[in-house]
Amino acid sequence: MSDLIIRIGGEGGEGIISAGDMVAEAACRSGLEVLTFKTFPAEIRGGYAMYQIRFSKDKILSEGTGFQVFCAFNQEALDKNKKELIPGTVLIYDFPGGDIEQEVKMDGVVTYPLPMSKIAKKDLDMYRAKNMVALGALSYMFDIAKEDLKELIRQKFGKKGQAVVDTNLKAIESGENYMKENYKKTDPYTMGLGNKTGKDVIIISGNEAAGLGAMIAGCNFLSAYPITPATEVANYMSSALPKRDGTLVQAEDEMASLAQVLGASYAGAKAMTSTSGPGLSLMQELLGYASMAELPCVIVDVQRGGPSTGLPTKHEQSDLFMAVHGGHGDASRIVLSAENVADAIDLAVDAFNLAEKYQIPVILLTDGSLGFRTESVARPDPKKYKIINRDRYKPNGSDKYLRYKLTENGISPMSQPGDPGGAYISTGLEHAESSAPSFTPEDHNRMLDKRFGKLKDVVDFYPAPEVQGEGQADVGVISWGSTLGTVREAVNMARKEGLKVKALHPKLVWPLQEKQILAFAATCKKILVPEVNKQGQFAEILRGKTGINPISYPIYGGLPFSPKQILEKIKEAM
Amino acid sequence: MTATAETLKAKDYKSDIRVVWCPGCGDYGVLNAVQNAFAALKLTIDNTVCVSGIGCSSRLPYFLKTYGFHSLHGRSLPVASGVKLANPNLEVVVFGGDGDLFSIGGGHFPHVARKNTDLTCVMMDNHVYGLTKGQASPTSTPGTVGTLTPFGTPDPAAVNPLAYSLTYGATFVAQGFSGDPKGLSQTVQQAISHKGFSFVNIISPCLTFNKVDTFDFFKDSFIDLPADHDKSNLVSALDKAVNPPAGKLYSGIFFETQRPTLVENLKKINQKAKADKNRDINTFIDEFKI
Repeated sequence: MSDLIIRIGGEGGEGIISAGDMVAEAACRSGLEVLTFKTFPAEIRGGYAMYQIRFSKDKILSEGTGFQVFCAFNQEALDKNKKELIPGTVLIYDFPGGDIEQEVKMDGVVTYPLPMSKIAKKDLDMYRAKNMVALGALSYMFDIAKEDLKELIRQKFGKKGQAVVDTNLKAIESGENYMKENYKKTDPYTMGLGNKTGKDVIIISGNEAAGLGAMIAGCNFLSAYPITPATEVANYMSSALPKRDGTLVQAEDEMASLAQVLGASYAGAKAMTSTSGPGLSLMQELLGYASMAELPCVIVDVQRGGPSTGLPTKHEQSDLFMAVHGGHGDASRIVLSAENVADAIDLAVDAFNLAEKYQIPVILLTDGSLGFRTESVARPDPKKYKIINRDRYKPNGSDKYLRYKLTENGISPMSQPGDPGGAYISTGLEHAESSAPSFTPEDHNRMLDKRFGKLKDVVDFYPAPEVQGEGQADVGVISWGSTLGTVREAVNMARKEGLKVKALHPKLVWPLQEKQILAFAATCKKILVPEVNKQGQFAEILRGKTGINPISYPIYGGLPFSPKQILEKIKEAM
Repeated sequence: MTATAETLKAKDYKSDIRVVWCPGCGDYGVLNAVQNAFAALKLTIDNTVCVSGIGCSSRLPYFLKTYGFHSLHGRSLPVASGVKLANPNLEVVVFGGDGDLFSIGGGHFPHVARKNTDLTCVMMDNHVYGLTKGQASPTSTPGTVGTLTPFGTPDPAAVNPLAYSLTYGATFVAQGFSGDPKGLSQTVQQAISHKGFSFVNIISPCLTFNKVDTFDFFKDSFIDLPADHDKSNLVSALDKAVNPPAGKLYSGIFFETQRPTLVENLKKINQKAKADKNRDINTFIDEFKI
């Protein structure tokens, strides 16, 4: 078989995440593609945690729909997933001797009770090894990276000594042997090895990917305040930046982090911050400053459920309005949104390029499930990226430097402290070309026109959004962010069924590439906009800017779409 | 301190932007003292950055020819930190008022101080919000009548900027008076020359909106710190900050010590990481190889 989804559920702190990461990496080594999906409680210990891995021999577009195999570490996990244990699925659960006290029988569900707690406690004398017992059973039963998993354990735990390696290997083997001795496989799910030849892949999370992209772009300054689910962006940068003589600062709050970024950018750094919704809320005034003073900067917003503290570890795409329209006054900015992990790398580079080229704040929107998930992606080739740096002021010795000089495209050469003759005052006050405060109608008009004029150029400069499918369609789907991958898969399914469906995949969500959107809409009888927020934010923006009247399809349950959900809605819309 | 110029006189630092302060404002004296200090230290126009927040005193960078960053209300310190960390060769001086630095920006001060961020912070303390026409500020005397407190402030205590900065970990703390530009220029020079975070509190009366803490009120209030004051002693500095003789205020350097600065410590981190500006990006990508 070519595609398999395994979900593991249990108590936070039971090692579900680390076990999941391990099997994902092992599978990747065995030539399979992987895409993981995690949800966990906002607390460090306790509460329901879930790790899902999709394995495939082909490219994976989304988390997929449901699962084929579920592995329950406790009763709560079993209860939470009962609805999805439909005929054809497989259940492996901790029984007997674990938290689940009753044997489970469900119609059409293949069940393999596995006393993982008991094996870990009694046979191995190490309760913590429960996750490894489960991993051994899963790997054996569904033929996933059996050898690579053991090799990985030898490498990962090697530093901790042979005893640790042996215990973990023994745990894996115990799980494997229990299955071997007690069950004859009655389910159809067998993964096998993937294709290793000619593959040059890396395995990386969405948050690390945004950081790696920033490194490729030449970022040399990051200031951030810890926040779920964005912290891993800064975590990655905290080890990467110093290796390139860059600077990482843990700021006292999010206002300080963007303020430091703006100060650093003013002084010539390629600077960024990473945050989530509550942090971006706090940054709004400084974001307006960046627009006003035309300071290049990149803000990665790993969205989470809101408003207020909201659902810190859950998936939502509800910061779009804030990213596009947040803050007071008319403030120009650019907003990009990433579809998947590979995209997070590419778009982080794009974000820096646009920020530098247009001297403007650029917000890169990702989200919790994209940030946390790991994917196998083709190793990025640094040579394929074109890096743009800001247009620098060249001292000519005579003319007075005008920081905000009016030019045809609105971009004025920028000096930085140390440049002879380039001194100016960066200012949040409306100003004349010289940067001196000015509140005349003429200056406010020309400077607003300058700052917004830059956006006109952006829509032509940035690559046109990809169109999936061709010809006339009954339904055209337009979405954004990580929902794009799910749409891609749903549209593939629909087209396989012979339905006339296509999709548009914009990455630049502000300013809108209206021309391409209207051209796409003209080929579709109906437009469907699925997104994970209450208000249908992107649908609303599309309506306002292009005049098309899409069917808004918002969901808001703290989880991403499944391809099946979108496929069903497409059919309903036809 | 870093950048020097051989030939600049105090007046050469003055920009051609019209000064917008009320006639008689204490901030004129500060501007004067700052220009003199810059000239005495031979700072260059191109390598000096003056950063401010919002308020009357935060307009000061406009009146100087150096690079400047007129930021947002309360955000001058983190902006200045960003400037300094991005280019440690720059001389970065922060200007602001009591409301800007100790009310709306009060969350930044402790951290910039404890990190010993290499900045000089010059505060013009007038015990009032001037730009919004006369509200009580965090340094206002308890009970002060302002436009938002017609019956007097209900706050039983005021911020003591010296005591705060001392306990936050500033490595240089001084106080001066705008009516004494000469002494002030000396103090500002010493503050700029200090390695690490230095803070100068300047009593700079607002003639328009503060009818209590006026120039005349302060004119005879200032006395020098005792000759035997040990400025390396934090407890003694705190004592001088909170217990001046009745009706008097001390001027001079309360505290001065040497600690590793943020720039130095970050440099050490980069040394540990074997920093190399030209490290091949492929090495970063390959960390994720399976």
